[in-house]
Amino acid sequence: MSDVNPVESEPWRIAARAHGARLAEAAPGHEASELVPMDVYRALGADGLMAMHVRAELGGAGLRVGDYAEAMMLIAAGCASTAVTMAVTNMVGEVLAAFADPALSARYCSQLAAGGLGGFALSETNAGSDPAGMRTRATPLAGGGYRIDGDKQWISHGDRAAVLVVWAQTERGISCFAVPGDAPGISVVRKEEKLGLRASATCALALENVVVPEEALMGEEGRGFRVAMMALDGGRIGIASQAIGIGECAFAVLRRYVNEARPGQLADFQLADCRTRLDAARLLVHQAANLKQRGVPFTREASMAKLFATEASQLVCDLSAARVPLGHPGRATVERCQRDVRVTRIYEGTSEIQRHVIAREVMKSA
Amino acid sequence: MDLTLTESQRLVRDMAREFAEREVAPRARELDKESRWPADLLAQMAELGLMGVAIPESEGGAGMDHVSYALAIEEISAACASCGVILSVNNSLVCDPLHKFGNADQKRDVLTPLASGRALGCFGLTEPSSGSDASEMQTVAVRDGDHWVIDGSKNWITNGPHADTMLVFANTNREAGVRGVTAFIVAAGTPGFNPQPADHKLGIRAAHSCTMFFEGCRVPESAMLGNEGDGFKIAMSTLDGGRIGIAAQAVGIARAAFEKAVAYSHERHAFGEPIAKKQAIQFKLADMATQLEAARLLTLRAAWLKDRARTEKLRHTMESAQAKLFASEAATRITHQALQVYGGYGYSEEYDMERHYRDARITEIYEGTSEIMRLVIAAKALEG
Repeated sequence: MSDVNPVESEPWRIAARAHGARLAEAAPGHEASELVPMDVYRALGADGLMAMHVRAELGGAGLRVGDYAEAMMLIAAGCASTAVTMAVTNMVGEVLAAFADPALSARYCSQLAAGGLGGFALSETNAGSDPAGMRTRATPLAGGGYRIDGDKQWISHGDRAAVLVVWAQTERGISCFAVPGDAPGISVVRKEEKLGLRASATCALALENVVVPEEALMGEEGRGFRVAMMALDGGRIGIASQAIGIGECAFAVLRRYVNEARPGQLADFQLADCRTRLDAARLLVHQAANLKQRGVPFTREASMAKLFATEASQLVCDLSAARVPLGHPGRATVERCQRDVRVTRIYEGTSEIQRHVIAREVMKSA
Repeated sequence: MDLTLTESQRLVRDMAREFAEREVAPRARELDKESRWPADLLAQMAELGLMGVAIPESEGGAGMDHVSYALAIEEISAACASCGVILSVNNSLVCDPLHKFGNADQKRDVLTPLASGRALGCFGLTEPSSGSDASEMQTVAVRDGDHWVIDGSKNWITNGPHADTMLVFANTNREAGVRGVTAFIVAAGTPGFNPQPADHKLGIRAAHSCTMFFEGCRVPESAMLGNEGDGFKIAMSTLDGGRIGIAAQAVGIARAAFEKAVAYSHERHAFGEPIAKKQAIQFKLADMATQLEAARLLTLRAAWLKDRARTEKLRHTMESAQAKLFASEAATRITHQALQVYGGYGYSEEYDMERHYRDARITEIYEGTSEIMRLVIAAKALEG
């Protein structure tokens, strides 16, 4: 084992810490206006945080998966809405880098690295973790390329994406396409009003007669489901990290309150449980990240990290919200954390889906 | 942060696993049922270097690191939790403080036999009315010329009935509170050092413990470990290491129960299919697997920090407490749920499950209860 403790001098960490601190100041405004300004993402991009483990020759920062996880925690501790956009964009960049046509990949990845946003369009009204019900279709065109038609649901920053990764049914099964966010035929049906992550627009998208060239197909036709699952394995490391960041933000307020008010032994014990779970979650995240970095299967570990981290952080936020009283200067932050953390147990596979995946993997190795 | 094991750490783990599966596991149920001390297994484990895993070879140990030690304790405990704690006490609670605080003579005469397994050690801190609160310690040591005379009693002394050496803590200055506590090395057979009959307990029945009476027990000045008044510091630093051993023991117990539950879920059919196909069972197993993994990682992190503490100035008090708290509570939950998967068979003494369930319970109590762990963690979290 090596390097359990962070090296504080790494440039990405210094940058992420500074962005996190700035975002903590800005987060209430982001939430109230339901918007994170594009400048924020350009600034994150300028420091290499939007395409962290995309290879340098494609415009990415070429960093390690564990570095990405740590940076995500620092950003999410400042503003969870910004963090989810960072998470999805990094995930999309990775899919593009791995599967897209080289020219498209270079073009899109450099856009993302500069702070353009990547959208992940898999879910539909009747297809979430089980994509069998997917209705969106891609029809081959006579002169080459495809026409995509359908509706997509829960698309984070779908209104502002520079590029969308879109899954659709073809003759051979589910396939995956890279589509410019402003392609004619894509429209925002509505932005969801939701419990948390209010500064991250969650969009229902309609795709009508969206024409893409042949090279927009990523991987083989009919093999798109595998691409989605690979992306989500990595994505889950990102969401686990986001959850930990939110949990750390709430924990800091709880810790400050307990130090000031010394409410009693039960509060101390809750603080101890919160600290222990957050630390365990971080270790699980790094375990999954290290396996991913080494190129070995990490499905089980990523699901464990997401399940544990999101549930641990929910607990931390709930305990903090129950403890920190009205009138305390950290109260609003804790309330926002509690709203923001809830979705981490839902998106990129609910806790139930994570348990399903873990059980399946455990059975496999038994 | 990279928790990947090194080649030599993997080798230690595999060696311990192979030995545990071949020699220890087949005997564990019988040892438990008869509360029989595993003397022959201990002799074999001594040959494998498991009595002083992280003690330098020059002091009789195997010269490995604490990560290897934690892995070895997990493996042995997965087969037999009693064997696990016997090792943990000798390694963490006796050899480790002798290595850290002992002088050259003590290392040669006391540590070397203990670390090589030619002798066995035990640790005497707890008393009938003082456990985690060492400031209430009643055992006293009074100077008499160039000797000290110890009077008092210590209880729940794991390995006590069989130990050759005891590291005992006594008050040498009542006014000084915990700063009046001093550590002494007492050899079995010293007049006035009287082990009492072995305790009867819920679990880890093959690991004998007992109360020790000290009645005018005279030890020479050279029996003092560290300086007068250093005892509390030595005890606390020792427990920071001991808790890693107990965390690893808990991980081992939990793993054994979990793996058996997974296997059984494939064998047992209900309503026309293996219960492994039932979501209620799958979700239990998923939660068990996740908690087990988190517990192991916390344990390895603490062990890793203890290794680093050899060359760097750092403490791992909080991390050790976190590992023990989480791993012991996970072991309680996991063995509880694994027994549930087994149903009635889990309750029967014909299977291992009820033993794992009983063995897990103590890990939340000894070397500091879960409540003490939370106190320690909260204190560190509030200061840090």
